Amino acid sequence: MTKFIEQPRYSCALGAQQSVIGIKRAVPILHSGPGCGDKVSRLLGQGEGYAGGNTVPCTNASEAEIVFGGEGKLESVIEGAFKVIDADLYVVLTGCTSDIIGDDVGQVTGKYQAEDRPIVYAETGGFKSNNYVSHEIVVKAIIDQYVDKFKTGTTPIKHLVNVFATIPYQDPFWNGNLEEFKRILEGIGLTVNILFGTASRGVEEWKTIPQAEFNIVISAWPGLGIANHLETKYGTPYIQFPYLPIGGGETTRFLRQVAKFGGLEQELVEGFIKGEEERFYTHIERMADFMLEFRYGIPRRFYTILDASYAIGFSKYLLNELGIIPAKQFVIDDTPEEFQQAIREQFKAISELRSAEVDFLVDGGAVQDQIRSDARKSRALIVGSSWEKDLAQEIGADLLIVSVPIAHRLILNCGYAGYNGGLRVIEDIYDRVLDTYR
Amino acid sequence: MSSVNIDAAEVPVREARLGSITGFEGTAGELVRCAQSGNLKDGSRSFSQCMGCSSINAFCQLSMIQDAVVINHAPVGCAGDFFTFNFVYRVGQMERKLPPVIGRYFNTNIEEQDTIFGATKKLEQTIRDVYDRVKPNAIFITTSCASGIIGDDVDGVANELSTELGISVVACFCEGFKSKIWTTGFDSAYHSIVRKIVKPPRQKSNKVNIVNFWGSHIFDDLLKRLGYEANYIIPFSTISQLEYISEAAATIQICPTLGTYIGAALEQVYGVPEIKSPPAYGVIGTDSWMRELGKVLGREAEIETIIQEEHDRVIPLLDAYREKLRGKTAYLTAGAAHGHALIAVLKELGLEVQGAAIFHHDPIYDNGDKTSDALAHAVSAYGDVANYNVCSKQAYELVNILNRVRPDIMIARHGGMTLWGAKLGIPTLLIGDEQFGFGYQGVLNYAERIVETLDNKEFVTNLAKHSTMPYTKWWLEQNPFSFLRGDLDDKVY
Repeated sequence: MTKFIEQPRYSCALGAQQSVIGIKRAVPILHSGPGCGDKVSRLLGQGEGYAGGNTVPCTNASEAEIVFGGEGKLESVIEGAFKVIDADLYVVLTGCTSDIIGDDVGQVTGKYQAEDRPIVYAETGGFKSNNYVSHEIVVKAIIDQYVDKFKTGTTPIKHLVNVFATIPYQDPFWNGNLEEFKRILEGIGLTVNILFGTASRGVEEWKTIPQAEFNIVISAWPGLGIANHLETKYGTPYIQFPYLPIGGGETTRFLRQVAKFGGLEQELVEGFIKGEEERFYTHIERMADFMLEFRYGIPRRFYTILDASYAIGFSKYLLNELGIIPAKQFVIDDTPEEFQQAIREQFKAISELRSAEVDFLVDGGAVQDQIRSDARKSRALIVGSSWEKDLAQEIGADLLIVSVPIAHRLILNCGYAGYNGGLRVIEDIYDRVLDTYR
Repeated sequence: MSSVNIDAAEVPVREARLGSITGFEGTAGELVRCAQSGNLKDGSRSFSQCMGCSSINAFCQLSMIQDAVVINHAPVGCAGDFFTFNFVYRVGQMERKLPPVIGRYFNTNIEEQDTIFGATKKLEQTIRDVYDRVKPNAIFITTSCASGIIGDDVDGVANELSTELGISVVACFCEGFKSKIWTTGFDSAYHSIVRKIVKPPRQKSNKVNIVNFWGSHIFDDLLKRLGYEANYIIPFSTISQLEYISEAAATIQICPTLGTYIGAALEQVYGVPEIKSPPAYGVIGTDSWMRELGKVLGREAEIETIIQEEHDRVIPLLDAYREKLRGKTAYLTAGAAHGHALIAVLKELGLEVQGAAIFHHDPIYDNGDKTSDALAHAVSAYGDVANYNVCSKQAYELVNILNRVRPDIMIARHGGMTLWGAKLGIPTLLIGDEQFGFGYQGVLNYAERIVETLDNKEFVTNLAKHSTMPYTKWWLEQNPFSFLRGDLDDKVY
């Protein structure tokens, strides 16, 4: 029995509606209670995008559907959505109401699939899982029910890769991160299906998923299931990089691993890396004196309250490239037991010289209590969410808001991944630090 | 009149209690006639978009009681509104010069196995742990679709833990699927407060309850002049303050859509008179609201003096605004009673109201008094409104209508709607503070902002040029009410 959650930082299974909204010209159709879509949008994402927020079609389950079943209503809302909403892909997602009463959504959707309409469904009743897990379920549903049918072929195209790196909107920097991943992977000679966001070509890209030479998972655990599924389904091999690569060192490590796995042309890869590193470290060098000399206090220890991929990524970066020492780290994504050991190992070897303590805890209130009672000798940095505003104030820490809920900054195409993301992290941390002086 | 029964754990939903509806197409006058003659029929939509739900509105009221905590008995996604209301709470603390405090909200995280075996044990343990962590003066439990369908005995748990912990542990039933009218959640929150927090009066006080969201404190000066004290209730109240709202001299609603139930409940159960006149929006509306306030508080002569002073001050200024706004057209989208109020304000300013998309309609309020009908008041004072659409946040209908009507300005009262005006290049204004348009000064406040918005066309013009439209061409050419069928009710289900 999982315990209660204070200060939630993720959504329920239905939160995967945001993954659908992250695909160009795709629209979710909710077969759920009337407030579910609103609650998801309130937590995940700033702005409604193409057809999110109040545009999302929904059956708005009422007492009548609970008693008599909601299949008829779902059918009429799907019919309406085809007529009213101009989209390339429609994804029916169920909520608690439908999943508890047991509507046969597959049968309703199947009727339209038989007519070759671009529609898929997934069972995402809120109680079934959270959006880290259901993101995989929804992506797999799209692959099985849409991509497989409309695929451009199955013959692998040389150097074509699919990237599964982030959960749109749950990762507030998803769009910027994906732009950077696409940029650097193209830099080493790959053709990239980035699948979500502005750098993607939408469903046309999805149709070529089966033709990828290999898949790249950049994540501690969410997304692995998709790669495994594609391996079974199309025999596509995959490589996992188990955290967000931020800055020069880790991004280079990531690119070299990918290059080795894909047997890419050494000269091209190293040439690209050299150029990127030069640019990255020119900036680091330029501000090293500031880091060493600023006498009025900059953070020297950090806490992360993030999902596993971000927690490892930030910890490695802050320690290795900025010299900020890890205090305790908190992973708040409800990591399934089977993946926890690998994450612990990452923290155990967070640098060549050091290990960091990590705790898996979904109850943000309990996390904050631990940090509050932790003994501190120096100024701290908290990398967390808007829930940490008062905590940071109380313990005199600087706060970089990176996780949902995000209410104190606005994110458009800012990303923290890669070489560019690493520089942006530095700007954002020291922006906040310097802003504390009068 | 619906009779308030504080012995029942749940308050019936608005559809059952008041005959409220979410679908109608016609004129405002027709709606009022249908409603008042008891012939109001709800329309159902065969296509619909996400609405809101009662649990959001219940949480909206319970989440800012300063010394209470809320436990949301639900899967974690239902807690998606925690931070948005925490943000509102904290902005309100700044405005009220209160120290920064985080809202203490908990989610029981109902999972698959709980839907099979029930989650009452989990709820009990959560209540105990939360009590240990926070030591609040009261705990409210908000329910969810999941807890409702699996049939957890939340009231039983609440009563048991109330005895065990020695504080009020109160169940608030607000399952989303139970009502299409999410403002039912307000009623649920108030029912739980009147039922378990409010105590019988010890004596009468000179306080006047003001049922509001977290708006500005505009009633202080007026009530002080009349010898009374304003008591803004629910958000930013404390439990001990709420215990004796039964002693107040009167209850004022800033919006009967919000406060219909608590106004009537306090009057029926504890004899606190409710000001039944529609809220004071527009000069005519404010006059009659003021007069009723004077009558209830026994200050009729003083009120007449104030009315005269305010007329002398406001009317010349209003005339100047009317001159500026002559010939301008407006379209409105808002929740029910506040929408009616804004119709009055817009018409007072001489704008032509081309239509309105109003989220629901209550044909009568809990006090059973027809004089509270704000829409009837707006129609009789200022004339009918064509294209009056009862539309539960259905953006597709709104876009279709706006695309035809193309008003000079769109006025919105709730989030999620403004985008559609702006994407079509229509200057759009959203005012968050309900009290902003209240009373004589409120008309001037709105006028100033409308003039400013009409003048600011650069942003919307540019946005319209670069915007995408998720609605099909086909849809934009259809009758906006193509999916709304009052006569085909049975077929939809």
